Amino acid sequence: MANTIHVDVVSVEEQIYAGEAEFVVLPGVDGELGIYPRHTPLFTQIKPGAVRIKPPGNVPDEFVFVQGGFLEIQPNKVTVLADTAIRANDLDEAMVLEAKRRAEEAMTNKDAAGGIAAAQAELAAALAQLEAIRKFRHRAG
Amino acid sequence: MAGSKEIRNKIKSVQSTRKITKAMEMVAASKMKKAQDRMRASRPYMEKVFNIVMHIAKANTEYRHPFLVRREKVRRVGAIVVTTDKGLCGGLNTNVLRTVLQSHKDWQARGIETDYVAIGNKGLGFLQRMGGNVVASAVQLGDRPRLDRLVGPVKTLIDEYVAGNLDEVHVFYTTFINTMKQEPRQGRIVPIPHQFRTATGEMRKADIGDGTWDYIYEPDARDLLDGMMRRYLEGAVFQMVNENMASEQSARMVAMKAASDNAGKIISELQLIYNKSRQAAITKELSEIVGGAAAV
Repeated sequence: MANTIHVDVVSVEEQIYAGEAEFVVLPGVDGELGIYPRHTPLFTQIKPGAVRIKPPGNVPDEFVFVQGGFLEIQPNKVTVLADTAIRANDLDEAMVLEAKRRAEEAMTNKDAAGGIAAAQAELAAALAQLEAIRKFRHRAG
Repeated sequence: MAGSKEIRNKIKSVQSTRKITKAMEMVAASKMKKAQDRMRASRPYMEKVFNIVMHIAKANTEYRHPFLVRREKVRRVGAIVVTTDKGLCGGLNTNVLRTVLQSHKDWQARGIETDYVAIGNKGLGFLQRMGGNVVASAVQLGDRPRLDRLVGPVKTLIDEYVAGNLDEVHVFYTTFINTMKQEPRQGRIVPIPHQFRTATGEMRKADIGDGTWDYIYEPDARDLLDGMMRRYLEGAVFQMVNENMASEQSARMVAMKAASDNAGKIISELQLIYNKSRQAAITKELSEIVGGAAAV
């Protein structure tokens, strides 16, 4: 069996993500957490931002937005109790397309952006920013 | 035609009753869908919350949250009783309140005093009639339960628990199994039990070993565990209210359907009696006329 960790992201409204992952990045209150399988038990709060889940195999990463919540890590399991989590796909489509376009631009232009990792990081950042904008607009409107 | 007018009135009255039950059935059916969706949506969240608190209970934590410490002697318990606000929903409330009464007697026999928190009008009325000590209540929750309405009453019990005046907190509620079936449930939520029952009825235990490990806390064990336990409690009560709401609407729909069907049966029976008596009257009149003509 591949070396994976089970990831559950749930909010009061719904189960947002459930599945295996090779690697998970979460926005902890004390900084970004990168979790690999067989991590030591950890309990923390997370702040608003994007959770990046890398499923096993050659598939694109999954992004989930959380507005804070609790995070429990057991060696074979990551559980995120999100206050409100939104799947990246649910975001305003135009904004997501825009973000994707920008990220793809950066990915094709590898030299300028400094490799795929940087491009992916930029994609995550762009998405998180969009989320912030959306929240802001929500509050203003 | 003796009594035919009475029968006609009776039919009319049953018909209008059927109209009402039919309308209630349809209202309940439409509310049921939403209530069930809400309840199903939050079930996975609560299961995860239960899993985590059970993990925490297994861990050898550096900060022992009061919810994790079981007390030797139980002198006084708190009980949260979740019922509906309105009646006409079959045996739903009766079933829950029967378990409440059972536990109440049981506790009394063991010399344990009880403080009650009533969520829902029916339970409040029952507890008052029973002479239970109701310390807080939340009624008229509407069709869409809101957490902020429940926090206050639940907190009264928890504050008492933390202060040491209560040794356990129990809950009584109805769990939704399917539209035809709802089950009364009871259980302890504080201190954290070693196992809990999922919505489908299976008992689940923590899937990790006992006490020789602890979490890494970021930033602080105390704040994190306090926050988590608050979330556990609020979530648990909220889920119970959601389950109860879904059960209420389903039970009401079924009860009202049965009432409408019964009304229909009564109407057709009355109609038959009416027709027979009318026919008898006509036959009687005819025979009188024929008899009269023959006499002339």
